[in-house]
Amino acid sequence: MLKIKAQLLNLRYIDELAAGNSVIHQLNPCAKLLVTMIFLIVVTSFPKQVLAGLIPLFVFPVTIASLADLPLAPLLRRVALALPFVIFIGIFNPVLDHSTAFTIGEVAVSNGWVSFFSILIRAVLAISAALLLVATTGMEGICAALQAGKVPKVLVVQLLFMYRYLYILLEEAGRTVQAYNLRAFEDTRIGYKAAGSLIGQLLMRTLERAQRIYAAMRSRGFDGNIPFRRCLALQVKDIIFVLFWSAFFLLARMVNIPQWLGALVLEGYR
Amino acid sequence: MSHHLVEVKNLAFAYPDHTNALRSISFRIVHGESVGIVGANGAGKSTLLSHLNGILTPTEGTVRIGDYPLTANMLPQIRRTVGMVFQDPDDQLFMPTVYDDVAFGPLNLGLSAEEADGRVTAALATVGALHLKDRPPYRLSGGQKRAVAIATVLAMSPDILVLDEPSAGLDPWARRKLIGLLLSFTHTKVIATHDLDLVLDVCERTIVLKDGKILADGPTLTIFNDTALLAAGQLEKPFSMQGCPVCSAKKNAPLS
Repeated sequence: MLKIKAQLLNLRYIDELAAGNSVIHQLNPCAKLLVTMIFLIVVTSFPKQVLAGLIPLFVFPVTIASLADLPLAPLLRRVALALPFVIFIGIFNPVLDHSTAFTIGEVAVSNGWVSFFSILIRAVLAISAALLLVATTGMEGICAALQAGKVPKVLVVQLLFMYRYLYILLEEAGRTVQAYNLRAFEDTRIGYKAAGSLIGQLLMRTLERAQRIYAAMRSRGFDGNIPFRRCLALQVKDIIFVLFWSAFFLLARMVNIPQWLGALVLEGYR
Repeated sequence: MSHHLVEVKNLAFAYPDHTNALRSISFRIVHGESVGIVGANGAGKSTLLSHLNGILTPTEGTVRIGDYPLTANMLPQIRRTVGMVFQDPDDQLFMPTVYDDVAFGPLNLGLSAEEADGRVTAALATVGALHLKDRPPYRLSGGQKRAVAIATVLAMSPDILVLDEPSAGLDPWARRKLIGLLLSFTHTKVIATHDLDLVLDVCERTIVLKDGKILADGPTLTIFNDTALLAAGQLEKPFSMQGCPVCSAKKNAPLS
């Protein structure tokens, strides 16, 4: 099987998880979107030298994943997929910043390394939260929640269609590459000359398809508004969900929980 | 009822690259008629269909749907009257689930969620796809996609059904079910297709297009029996009118 086709099946996997029926799946999409956004804001708002203070935030993805009964390995694999990009963002920090942050025994740890790992941890937190949102809510729920949250409809429509037609675009690309490989025999890498026309073809076909889809939408009365099934009214459990997690995130942001716990243990020891 | 009428007069259309896709086309389709539009590749079938609900506007000539001339400000009314089923169901199924897709048209018509729900259930039940309602479109087979695409249009309760290549890509069983479904509709139907056997089964009238012009317009059986006409239109007799190929091969085989 072509790599691109395997990726396609992979892509659908997360979406299919959203069909589950756990406590988390049943929550209102608006509540889940809100909590995820607050989480992301809190994660990014920490100063750049914070390491330990971020650790308690792992409670959120771990709790959601276990309550939603999601398989861990596939999710972790997807988090790992994004890490190389994150590493590139932070890799120069240790080179640029040599000032000592703290020492472990004889070894001095520089501020550069601390901020590098801080970036890494934040990325893992943010990516896992986003993946969990998709895996428990589905793209449709997220789009409905975004629309209910007054996000400009152009963006919502873009997101929805990108997600729907990504599959078809990838399938088309997969077929094209396969057709190329079948006639390329030994050298199945696509040379730059062929790549240009392959990508051009794909673009033309995408444009044509976009026109046909738009015609189909207009034929059924599309006037710029996607009529989602309404975001159901928030229930008590949704409000509790939002309040509980917001409070926890704020606590984790204000108080260095690991330090506080450490102090508590030391106090008891004395 | 006059709103089931389709009237096309001296229609001509040229694409922006100056391809003359249609030239002086005129016909009139009355209430309840089923009309097959046949012709070679590039004869102008799809272009003609695109004029019936205003996706394309004529370079010359007029299109009338029911009591309304097809003009820009009549489009919402016309699109409510004419239900268009596109050639590729993937172009038609753009929402995340089958249910949302079928509900798209009714909700755009301004129906309440409850009314729309009734329409969706009825339309999906008609095409036998009610059990698929929570599936995403990419999880459907070709035949299921086609059935759902038809349901998306039925849910808007159109008076006129326009179908572009409805049997393309279907297996024989799904195709036979589709024919049964089409026969059960009392709508005015306009079907563009290469599947002449489907036309023979469903349409009592046939229009043959060639190079953007009408080559013939008449009762399906008369047209399909005219071998010279069919050859001129780059068509051939439907298989069911060609007799048994095995027997005729025997008859024509050399005696030794």
